[in-house]
Amino acid sequence: MTQEIIITGFGGQGVLSMGKILAYAGLLDGLEVSWMPSYGPEQRGGTANVTVILSDEPISSPVLDQYDIAVILNQQSLDKFESHVKPGGTLIYDPYGIHRLPERTDIKVVEVKATETTIASGNLKAYNMILLGALLKLYPMVSPDTVIKGLEKTLPQRHHHLIPMNRAAIEQGATLVD
Amino acid sequence: MKGNEAIAHAAIRYGVDGYFGYPITPQSEVLETLEELRPWETTGMVVLQSESEVAAINMVYGGASTGKAVMTSSSSPGVSLMQEGISYIAAGQLPTLIINVMRGGPGLGTIQPSQSDYFQAVKGGGHGDYRLIVLAPASVQDMADYVGLGFDLAFKYRTPAMLLSDGIVGQMMEKVVLPPFRPRRTDAEIAKQCPWAVTGKRGRKERNVSTTLELESRTMEENNRRLQAVYDEIERNEVRFEQYMTDDADYLFVAFGCMSRICKKSIEQARSRGIKVGLLRPITLWPFPTGAIADLSKRVKGILVAEMNAGQMVEDVRLAAEGRTPVAHFGRNGGIVPNPGEVVESLVSQFSIKE
Repeated sequence: MTQEIIITGFGGQGVLSMGKILAYAGLLDGLEVSWMPSYGPEQRGGTANVTVILSDEPISSPVLDQYDIAVILNQQSLDKFESHVKPGGTLIYDPYGIHRLPERTDIKVVEVKATETTIASGNLKAYNMILLGALLKLYPMVSPDTVIKGLEKTLPQRHHHLIPMNRAAIEQGATLVD
Repeated sequence: MKGNEAIAHAAIRYGVDGYFGYPITPQSEVLETLEELRPWETTGMVVLQSESEVAAINMVYGGASTGKAVMTSSSSPGVSLMQEGISYIAAGQLPTLIINVMRGGPGLGTIQPSQSDYFQAVKGGGHGDYRLIVLAPASVQDMADYVGLGFDLAFKYRTPAMLLSDGIVGQMMEKVVLPPFRPRRTDAEIAKQCPWAVTGKRGRKERNVSTTLELESRTMEENNRRLQAVYDEIERNEVRFEQYMTDDADYLFVAFGCMSRICKKSIEQARSRGIKVGLLRPITLWPFPTGAIADLSKRVKGILVAEMNAGQMVEDVRLAAEGRTPVAHFGRNGGIVPNPGEVVESLVSQFSIKE
């Protein structure tokens, strides 16, 4: 199993953190993982993206041009990365602010209304975990339990009270897709 | 963890005595991680943010003169500032580790990854006839492992070593197994290992003096010969490289650092199209794996040197191949990271491969 994933959106949407949490869960499950961020000015507003690879074999390039899964969170990223999804791959996008919809027919296109759901939930920080919940429902490459275990290990104790909220967000995200 | 973080952890675990550096993207996490780990409270390691890169390298020069294991890290423009000090450290035959997490130049350039400091690292960025042992990590694990390897080689040959990394390997996160903890050497151990160390008389009749000035030309030529003898020995003993799928290869990629990782993916793509290509990845950029490339040049139809620069290592590959097989170059620069498909297309077009 190898999943080559790009998560891409605005700096501040939690793109890099979402990738990190996914990669860390893969690590806990004994997979080979790689996490390659865009770094620098994009991180501070503008577009940010991260390439995450989970595999049961050693990973060659951390940098890719074709992805099994693209999680796309703004129009610029959709314009840039739609053509980089492998034929038969999956494009997950948040329709909020999207004015030109994905056009490809040789890939699976999944709409996840994560922004709308986040606003309705009243917890704006849950955005990326809602998306992660949807992604893991579609592709259970790691279990939500492992994700939570990863949070327990990596978050400082003072933030542990946020873990139940994150678990709820993952569960809510899973309900947004079939 | 990130490659830069792995360097900080590995340095503490190796028993490094001092780190001196100045922040610069994309390697600032080295200093930041050291500050966070506070090794001065555990191993006694000194961590100091200097006022500039020039100050940092001269602190390293001083620390290394006393036989201590000291290091610095920076990125391309910062390493340019250090070149005078590096030449002095090489002339003084002082072991130290210098880390360059390369970004795109020339000038202040970009903060994005690049490999355009190859010439500076392996051909002597400073003045005079000197060499650095140059190690090129391709993974976060290598970042952790080569800290110890670099120091071991530096002390074995009394010469500075450089870890030539780049923004990708520095910033990416991967699994890593950190080396075991070992204590810092005691003063007595340093005195035994480094009888040349500048530590006061310590019972010796004469003081040790570290100097690189010699106005008597005959003596200065002797000093040069002594350095060259060490470099010859390093070239004989310390060449390191990795070969990947070269056994049945019709074509060969030569690539170092992160570019070697990208080429492994290119090999997967090329082979799925029926093009048999392999990879030689130099681990030591100096001493360069000339012999291994010479051997492969006798049996491949062509070599493509893939680098994130305008063509630097390709010169050394051409010298190794000595015209036995065509050697082409593929490069992107300015912080652009090529994707695996581009490298395959370059191979196919430059060698007119029919599929």
